[in-house]
Amino acid sequence: MNHLYLSYPNPGGIFSNPVGYWVIVALAIVFTLFVLLTATAYTVWYERVLLGRFQRRPGPNRVGPLGLLQLAADGIKLATKESFAPAGVDPILYLVGPAVMVAAAFLAWAVIPVGIWWGFSYWISNINVGILFVFAVSSMNAYAILLGGWSSNNKYSLLGGMRAAAQLISYEVALGLSLVPIFIITGSLRLQDIANFSVHWGPYHGPIPLVIVAPLSFVIYMVAATAETNRTPFDLPEAEQELIGGYHTEYSGLKFTLYYLGEYLNMVTVSTLATLIFFAGWHPNAPWFPAFIPFVAKIVGFLFLYIWLRNTLPRLRYDMLMRLGWKVLLPLGMANVVVTAAVVVALTG
Amino acid sequence: MTDETERPARRNPLQDVAALAQGLRTTLAEVMRPVVTTQYPEEKSPRAERYRGRHYLRRYDNGLERCIGCELCAAACPVGCILVIAAENTEDHRVSPGERYAKVYEINMLRCIFCGYCEEACPVQAIVLGPEYELSDVSRERFIYTKDMLLEPNPAQQEPIVVR
Repeated sequence: MNHLYLSYPNPGGIFSNPVGYWVIVALAIVFTLFVLLTATAYTVWYERVLLGRFQRRPGPNRVGPLGLLQLAADGIKLATKESFAPAGVDPILYLVGPAVMVAAAFLAWAVIPVGIWWGFSYWISNINVGILFVFAVSSMNAYAILLGGWSSNNKYSLLGGMRAAAQLISYEVALGLSLVPIFIITGSLRLQDIANFSVHWGPYHGPIPLVIVAPLSFVIYMVAATAETNRTPFDLPEAEQELIGGYHTEYSGLKFTLYYLGEYLNMVTVSTLATLIFFAGWHPNAPWFPAFIPFVAKIVGFLFLYIWLRNTLPRLRYDMLMRLGWKVLLPLGMANVVVTAAVVVALTG
Repeated sequence: MTDETERPARRNPLQDVAALAQGLRTTLAEVMRPVVTTQYPEEKSPRAERYRGRHYLRRYDNGLERCIGCELCAAACPVGCILVIAAENTEDHRVSPGERYAKVYEINMLRCIFCGYCEEACPVQAIVLGPEYELSDVSRERFIYTKDMLLEPNPAQQEPIVVR
């Protein structure tokens, strides 16, 4: 069992107890599911309220205090809606699409460490290629969207699906490349190691946000991650005006909910990754300042950034999107890798 | 790609970033500004002074009805939603100061287009369109507004409805 990684705090033997280990993992999975579903629902609420404020509206404020129960109302409405499938859909793939979407979105959280308390963070699975695993499962989105678009027997859906596939493939490359300098600097693919990356700079010893040593990586990551999650200004796969919702045009009820859930969960996931990789995750924390406060605050900050971008930028044209991906982000990412590698070799010998 | 079409001169990437930053600054400034929504059922936006809403039949200060049953409003109405049936005033049953008064006065609010022509046609300013606009109801029959519903209360008994 090489899930032990004893350079980390192990309170009560939570990571090393051979009998209780699986009990704790099972509990953690249930708990993570619950927290993520709630977090996703409130991300939707947060987005709607912020969109309102950006447009000088109050946003949802009728159901519950501050509209906080709006998502419960929406959830009940979606769950009790007739699950209508149009004629001529592929019966199996039509169901597989949303299932893959939500499964892939949740799977990424198997390896994402979460800051909880002072000097203590928890992760369900401690694999040493964590970030690669996250990318592997998050690229399953392309399948989900493509399957949904293809099986719906609708030309708008098909167009949306094709766009999504092309877009995800283009930006996946830039996304991966943007993180290579991070691997070079930290020497690890483990998300915990990256978040805990520490330096000894003169009088300062301790973790630093990697954005200050790899700012270009951060910019490329943010752009590519926005495209990866199909957020505005890269929301071509679901362009409402041209494609009437794109790949989920023909989905309703719970199947639509699954797509919607997966989409917002991906947004939370890329925000969490940005927090862990570029903003030192749960640091700083102290006995009187538990780790989840900076951790959650940073994630909320990134979500704000996404919503802010959505409010500001118009959707890119398709050729602009492709040009930005292949002709700007990819060469920049390559150059970033080469320069970072050269600098790291020059500094460490 | 689109190389065969003429393009404007390529801009400096720094200008693009500056434009992006300016856009972000503009939208962020909007967050700080107050919300302008009127929370409708609780708050209501003010009506204009000459807003044309629900009709009223007015009275004189002494309590007599203004309407003299001349049916000019019904004649002026472009959709024919007003029904007036007049009756003679007698010495012991005086309803309006003129010769006749409206025994029946009905407006079909489903047909009314709130044009205000009835108000203009009325020689004695008996019918006016007020500020009230929440006129939804649950059955077609209830949209036939009868004289009891349209007539403003007798000022001798109650404060008059002030048409703003």
